[in-house]
Amino acid sequence: MKKLLDWLDHRTGVRKLTHEALYENIPGGSRWRYVWGSTLTFTFMIQVITGIFLWLAYSPSSQTAWESVYYIQYEMTGGWLLRGLHHYTAQAMNILLVLHLMQVVIDGAYKAPREVNFWFGIILLQLVMALSLTGYLLPWDQKGYWATKVATNIAAITPFIGPELQKLIIGGTDYGHHTLTRFFALHAGVLPGAVIALIGLHVYLFRRHGITAKEPKRAPDAKFWPDQVLKDAVACLAILAVILFFIVRHRLFDAHGHLGPELGAPADPSEPFSAARPEWYFLFLFELLKYFPGESEIIGAMILPGIVMTIVFLMPVIAKWKRGHQFNVYFLWVLIAGAGLLTWLAIKADNSNPTYVTAVNSAEWEAQRVRVLAKSPTGIPPLGAAQLLRDDPLTQGPKLFAKNCASCHRYDGHDGQGHHPKDAPSAADLKGFATREWLAGLMDPEKIDSPHYFGATKFKEGKMAKFIKREVPKFTDAQKEEMRKIVAAVSAEAGLKSQRDLEAREAQTIVEGRALFSGDIACSDCHRFRNQDEDATGPDLTGYGSRKWLIGIIGNPAHESYYGKRNDRMPAFGKDDILTEREIALLADWLRGDWYEPGQAAAKR
Amino acid sequence: MSEPSNATDKTDRRSFMAKALSVVIGGIVTIIPAAAGLGVLLDPLRRKSAGGAVTRVTTLDALPDDGEPRKFAILAERVDAWNKFPATPVGAVYLRRVGNTVQALNVVCPHAGCFVDYVGDKKEFLCPCHNSTFALDGAVGTNSPSPRGMDTLEVEIKNQKEVWVKFQNFQAGHAEKIPVA
Repeated sequence: MKKLLDWLDHRTGVRKLTHEALYENIPGGSRWRYVWGSTLTFTFMIQVITGIFLWLAYSPSSQTAWESVYYIQYEMTGGWLLRGLHHYTAQAMNILLVLHLMQVVIDGAYKAPREVNFWFGIILLQLVMALSLTGYLLPWDQKGYWATKVATNIAAITPFIGPELQKLIIGGTDYGHHTLTRFFALHAGVLPGAVIALIGLHVYLFRRHGITAKEPKRAPDAKFWPDQVLKDAVACLAILAVILFFIVRHRLFDAHGHLGPELGAPADPSEPFSAARPEWYFLFLFELLKYFPGESEIIGAMILPGIVMTIVFLMPVIAKWKRGHQFNVYFLWVLIAGAGLLTWLAIKADNSNPTYVTAVNSAEWEAQRVRVLAKSPTGIPPLGAAQLLRDDPLTQGPKLFAKNCASCHRYDGHDGQGHHPKDAPSAADLKGFATREWLAGLMDPEKIDSPHYFGATKFKEGKMAKFIKREVPKFTDAQKEEMRKIVAAVSAEAGLKSQRDLEAREAQTIVEGRALFSGDIACSDCHRFRNQDEDATGPDLTGYGSRKWLIGIIGNPAHESYYGKRNDRMPAFGKDDILTEREIALLADWLRGDWYEPGQAAAKR
Repeated sequence: MSEPSNATDKTDRRSFMAKALSVVIGGIVTIIPAAAGLGVLLDPLRRKSAGGAVTRVTTLDALPDDGEPRKFAILAERVDAWNKFPATPVGAVYLRRVGNTVQALNVVCPHAGCFVDYVGDKKEFLCPCHNSTFALDGAVGTNSPSPRGMDTLEVEIKNQKEVWVKFQNFQAGHAEKIPVA
C-alpha cells in the first residue's frame, strides 16, 4: 500500500496536496461559526450530483418539460427523493448564503487583504440567485411560468436595451421552447460552470489568506483536520436532515400526504393563474414592486436593488473609514430585517386575500387532477399535459358553466365553481340533471314551480306545471307507481354513469316505464318518446339527458325537438356561435357526470 | 564586440514576433468557435411578434347587455420555434358591451404582465400580483402600481354580430402603449 502511495505521490504530489487541504492552521482552534463555507460547498455538491441525475431524465421543451418532471417525480424509482433533494437544497443554499455573508461581515473577514475574495463571494451569491431563478421555470408548471414571466417582464424595462434583452433571455418574442432551452443551458451549464470556477478561486484565496479568527481566541491554534472537519460534517448532516424532513414532511403527518416538492398544473398561456408568486426567498423583491407606482417601477425593480448591491460590494472599502465596519454590520442587519419585513408583508397580504387563497386552492386542485389524468389509461398525449386539462369535463365544465350558464342557472345552488351569485336564479338548478331524483322533483307538485325547477321561468305557468299541479295530487298509489316507472324509463335515456348499476338491476322497470309513457298518465299527449309524432308540442324525450340530447339543447334550445318557439330566453349557444362544439360537449359531459375517475377505464369519447 | 548585443536584438525581435503571433493565433482559434455561436445566441432578435392579426373572437350574443365584461381566449396560429400550432390560445381579452359598441381589453397587466382578474362584486379589474386595480373601462385605479390603464384593442363588428379583435400585446412597465414587436 505504502509503495503504491509512494508511486502515486512521486507522479502527482498527492501527499502535499492532502496535507495542505487538511492541515491548514486555524488560529484559536475549530469553531462552529466557521462551518458556513463548508456547508455551502456541500449543498452545492448536492446540487451538482442531483442535478446531473435529473438531467438524465429531463427534457426542455414546451410539450415535454412538465411531462418529464412529472415522470421523474411520479413514475421513476426514487424520483420524488431526487427532485426533493434538488428543490429543497436550493432553498437551503439561499439561507446559508445569507448566514455565510453575515458571518464574514460581522467577523470582519472581508477587510484587506481579503477584498477580492469578498467580491468573489458576492458574485457567487448572485450566481446562486440566478440558478434559483432559472431553475424555478424548468418544471414549466403554472407557478413557475407566470412568476418567471414577471421577472422577464422586469428585464424589459431596462433602459435602452430592455425589449432586446428580454428577447435574448426568453429566446424570442414569447415564452416557448427556446425559453426552456436557454434557461436550461444557463441553469445546467453556464451558471454551474461559473460557480465551480469561482468556488475554486474563492477557496484558493481563502487558503492563501487563512481564516479570519474570531477574537478573543478561546483555545490554542489547531489544524483543520480533524476537529473543524468534524464540526463541518456535523453541520452538513444537520442540513441534510432538515432537507430530508422537508421532503417527507407531508407524509409524516398524513398517510396520504405527498412525497417530494410540489409540481403545479402544466403551464398554459391561456389559463390565468392568480396565485403566481416567486419562490419565497424572492418574495421581498416581489413585495417591493407594490410600492413603486407607474414608471417608478424601475426604482423598486432595479435602482434600489442595484444601490444595495453596490453598497454591499463596496463594504471592504467602506470598512477602511472610521466606523466603516460598524456601518457595514448595521447596514446588513437593516437589510435582512427589511427583507424579512417585506416577506412577512407579502405573506400576510396573500393570506388575507380571498382571491389569492381561492387561486391557490384551485391551483392545487388542478395540479392533483392533472396527475390523475396523466395516470389514466389515456396517459399524456404528444401535445402535452396541458391538453389533458383542456379536454377534461371536470376541469372545464365548472368554468364554462360559471361563465355562460350561471347568470340564470345554478348547480347545486352555486355557479359551478362554488360562488353564490348575488342575483336570484332565473332557470333550473342542473345538478343531477336527468337523474331519477331530479326528474322525481320535477314531477312533484310542490317543487315544479320552485326556483329549483321552473319557478323563475315562463314554464311556471306552462302546460307541464299545470298538469303536475292539477293531476299529480289526485294520483292513486297505482298511478304513483306508474309515474315512478316512467321517470325511471325517461331517466334511463340519459345513460348516466351514476345510475348504470341501478338501471342494470331494474331493466324490467324501465321496459315497463317505456310502455306506460303512452298509457294512462298520457305523457305522449305532448312529448315524443322513441316515436314520430307530428302533434307533439313539448320537448322530445327520446334520448333525454343523453350526451347528444344535451349538446342539441345547449346548441339550440329553440329547435323544434326541444322548446321550439316556446323557448324562454335561453341563448342558442351553438347556433349563435357563443360556444364552440367542443365547449358545448365539455359542458354536456360535465352535467352528465361523465369524466374520468381513477379506477375506471378511460372515459368514452 | 557588438556581436552579442546584435544577437540579443535578434533574439528580442524573434521573441517579440513569437509572442505577438501566439496572441494573434490564440485569439483567432478562440474567436472563431465563439463567433460561430453568436448567430444562434442573437437569433431571437430577428424574430418578430406575430401580434396585430384581426381575429374573430365571439358574437354579440355572448356579451351581456349590462356591460359586464366577459373573458375570451384569442385563438390564433402560433409558431413556437419548430412547432406550428393551428388555432391555439395565444392570449385573452375582456370584452364588454358599451351601448352599441364593444370594448376590448387585453387581460395582461401593463405593470408586470400578470393575468388580470375581473371582480364582479366590486365591478373592477384586479391584478392578483401587485394589486393594481382598473375600472370597467380599463382606466387605472388609484394606488395602483400599474403605469397605465389596461390596454384597449381595436374591435370590428362584422356581419352585424361577429366580434373581431386586433390582438396585440404591449410592453409592460411604461406609461405609453408600445406594441411588443
